[in-house]
Amino acid sequence: MSETPGKIHLHCIVNEEPRTLQAFPMERLLDVLREKLQLTGSKEGCGEGECGACAVFINGRIVNSCLVPMAQVEGASIKTIEGVAGADQLHAVQQAFIEYGGAQCGICTPGMVMAAVDLLERNPNPTESDIRTGLAGNLCRCTGYTKIFDSIVRACSKQVDA
Amino acid sequence: MSVNTKTDNQFVGKSVPRKEGRKKVTGQALYVDDLAFPGMLHGATVRSTIARGRIKNILFEGEIPWDEFTIVTATDIPGENYVALILNDQPYLAGELINHPQEPIVLLAHPDKYLLQEALRNVRIETEEWPAIFSLEDSLARKQIVWGDDNVFKSFLVDKGNVDDVWALADHIVEAEYHTGAQEQLYIENNGVIAIANPDQGVMVWGSMQCPYYVHKALVKLFALPEDKIRVIQTETGGGFGGKEEYPSLIAGHAGLLAWKSGRPVKIIYDRAEDMVATTKRHPSSTRHKTAVTKDGKLLAMEIIFVIDGGAYCTLSPVVLSRGTIHAAGPYSCPNVRIRSQAVATNVPPHGAFRGFGAPQSIFALERQMDKVAHAVGLTPEEFRRRNFVREGQTTATSQVIREKVEMEALLDRALDLTDYHAKKERFAADNPAARVKKGIGFASFMHGAGFTGSGEVYLASVVGAEATAEGRVKILAASTEIGQGTNTIFAQIAADALGLDHQLFEVTQPDTANVPNSGPTVASRTCMVVGKLVESAVLGLKQALIASGYLKEGYTRSEFQRACYEYIKAHGPLKSYSKYQPPPNVFWDDQKYQGDAYGTYAWAVYVAEVTVDMLTYEAHVQDFVAVQEVGKVINPVLAAGQIEGGVAQGIGFTLFENVVWANGRMANNQMTNYIIPTPADIPPIRVYFEENPYSYGPAGAKGIGELPMDGAAPAILSAIENATGVSISHVPLMPESLMEELGVA
Ligand code: FES
Ligand code: FES
Repeated sequence: MSETPGKIHLHCIVNEEPRTLQAFPMERLLDVLREKLQLTGSKEGCGEGECGACAVFINGRIVNSCLVPMAQVEGASIKTIEGVAGADQLHAVQQAFIEYGGAQCGICTPGMVMAAVDLLERNPNPTESDIRTGLAGNLCRCTGYTKIFDSIVRACSKQVDA
Repeated sequence: MSVNTKTDNQFVGKSVPRKEGRKKVTGQALYVDDLAFPGMLHGATVRSTIARGRIKNILFEGEIPWDEFTIVTATDIPGENYVALILNDQPYLAGELINHPQEPIVLLAHPDKYLLQEALRNVRIETEEWPAIFSLEDSLARKQIVWGDDNVFKSFLVDKGNVDDVWALADHIVEAEYHTGAQEQLYIENNGVIAIANPDQGVMVWGSMQCPYYVHKALVKLFALPEDKIRVIQTETGGGFGGKEEYPSLIAGHAGLLAWKSGRPVKIIYDRAEDMVATTKRHPSSTRHKTAVTKDGKLLAMEIIFVIDGGAYCTLSPVVLSRGTIHAAGPYSCPNVRIRSQAVATNVPPHGAFRGFGAPQSIFALERQMDKVAHAVGLTPEEFRRRNFVREGQTTATSQVIREKVEMEALLDRALDLTDYHAKKERFAADNPAARVKKGIGFASFMHGAGFTGSGEVYLASVVGAEATAEGRVKILAASTEIGQGTNTIFAQIAADALGLDHQLFEVTQPDTANVPNSGPTVASRTCMVVGKLVESAVLGLKQALIASGYLKEGYTRSEFQRACYEYIKAHGPLKSYSKYQPPPNVFWDDQKYQGDAYGTYAWAVYVAEVTVDMLTYEAHVQDFVAVQEVGKVINPVLAAGQIEGGVAQGIGFTLFENVVWANGRMANNQMTNYIIPTPADIPPIRVYFEENPYSYGPAGAKGIGELPMDGAAPAILSAIENATGVSISHVPLMPESLMEELGVA
């Protein structure tokens, strides 16, 4: 890859902050987030779109950042796991994951939280089967998913209460 | 502030939230690949292309600026070229001989990781290829001798009573053979290490690992440095399941060698493909059973031959074999048992630790065999088990007298009730003949020994420390790692209750061999039961020191405790207490005869699976799963249930999803796209129930839990498939193609 032509200049918004970046057009968004912006919350589990550990939002749509070349993010608004919590309060999904055992080793957790946030934004009252489908792109090897489902169900009831 | 917090069991038994949970849900937790050091290079490994042979030449080709690279081969190793573990037969870098297709031969480092990948492709290893063997059958048949004189890493013989006298007296003799496949741990965080190494400072490594002191021991030999010149620090670890028990010693050495030669920090992170193809997997196994029973279904004799494929080097195979051997006759009382077992060599990358450690393999065979024997006698699987469960005062295969309360029958009753087992069996029998999608229900009953086998814990002689700060907080010093299972949280709960204080006052120190004593490896379901007990006694030591020196009186409040710490430290300096492992009384183990108290105690369980089998697509799905177990006192119900659910999910994967495809000793499907683990859509509700019989020598009565759930899913699911289809299957993984064959359709 060393023969890649020159870097390009890009403008995008990352977690609500405008950024100017230099990158090779084919560089993976995941690497730029992790290495240039020190946003290491997005994880690489597979590098091929299977595990969802690298999930971020681009213009409100959830995507696997290991599959996104930098050339595609010009002008985009990107949200990573670091941008999910409010200034002084965790997102209801994050709080529920802590309380109900949704995170064990934690390596899938950023991606799982992103997928759950995305699901609840689209569907505030998901059924169990909606949750299964909503998380279908995310793998976890620790939990057997049961406590992740529990956490999401609890997060919904919290959101309804609030 | 001065509320008296002294009540019994205030935190043990409660679902205290995971200590590091907040860091994990916000993306702030730092795993090894999240760290970077100034001037850091990236490292990579050149591996062999053949399974067995001799290295003739190493060529550096292509348009690569080779002078910019740090290049390490076997000749650069300052100390011993082996990964110190049991037999020390695995080289860090092959010098001349190649024994498996992923043998590391050359290490490269460069600041640019893209150029590094390019360079990797331009190193050519010229070899002379020798014939190789890839299956345990070929190894047993000695088609080639690839290790030692006979391909055998280790053998055991367990002999209780005399099976030879019994065959003639038996009403039924049932013989069968069972097989299990390799399984990838597939922690979502790949293996990785960063090293800094130079003659002045020695060697420092940060990495994803289960056992910092294993890495420490290996690096001492590799670099021929004194112990205090090697420092190993565990970073947040994204899952292990055994896969980060012994392998990190190898990567740490590789990163260390590159750092030593370059004088710069070096990071090696495997990508998924390399992690899957090169690192350890669960040992494939083959088990032969010959069982003698009376006509009323009492076990008379069990003869078991258990063989595991260890791969190219010994690594941990003897210990895996030991656990598999001891669990091979399960939770049954049988007067005559002979178990012969062997771990043998093949030319595949070494197989290693994976949750359950040999027991899932031998228990799979046993439970399938018990169903077969029940059938031969004309009893239901459950009635046959009832007549043979081991009871208090009876003995296991190693003649261990069960002294604690054991209630396998009660567990069985509860599990069958919870699943409506009998009614379902009837209904399925009525509905199945006409159905395209057939239903079935089945179970497995088993036990799992907690802690190291036999005299293992005595040899380990683990130590845990506790240190009070002047602010009256307590740090727990242990090398036991948090790998997702909840170590940080349960240690704090155990310590809090021992001192009658709030769990928030307790914190587990990051494992760093420069700061924490060796509390042993994080394996063998020993962390809660064995190390947790040491945590309990270490913090009690702090209290005793404060009371003995007059700063504290029984019945203290939190603020009195905090003040006492402050006064003590002001007057005498640091307040630390260490506790060393003491075996429970009356434990006897004979390492020669393999007889005696194999484990201090066991967790006991009955798991029930309900399945559907589609007779058009030959797909089997698990629809419901109930796990009932007795694990002593449950320290943290949410974390404990999480362990069971995760283990069951891995067991479902082992049974129906995870198929390692081998091509000349190399894993051919080393990607998440073609080695399939269960997704959120594949896992049924897993319903978890605990019975609690507090164990007298565990902290607050707890036993081990982590490995148990891996044992039961495979035999329970195949029992359910037998119930659905009438066909008894004796191997896993069971992929749709092989189910089709088994059903005689092919
Ligand atoms: S790392 Fe992007 S999907 Fe797995
Ligand atoms: S919590 Fe470990 S992979 Fe999901």
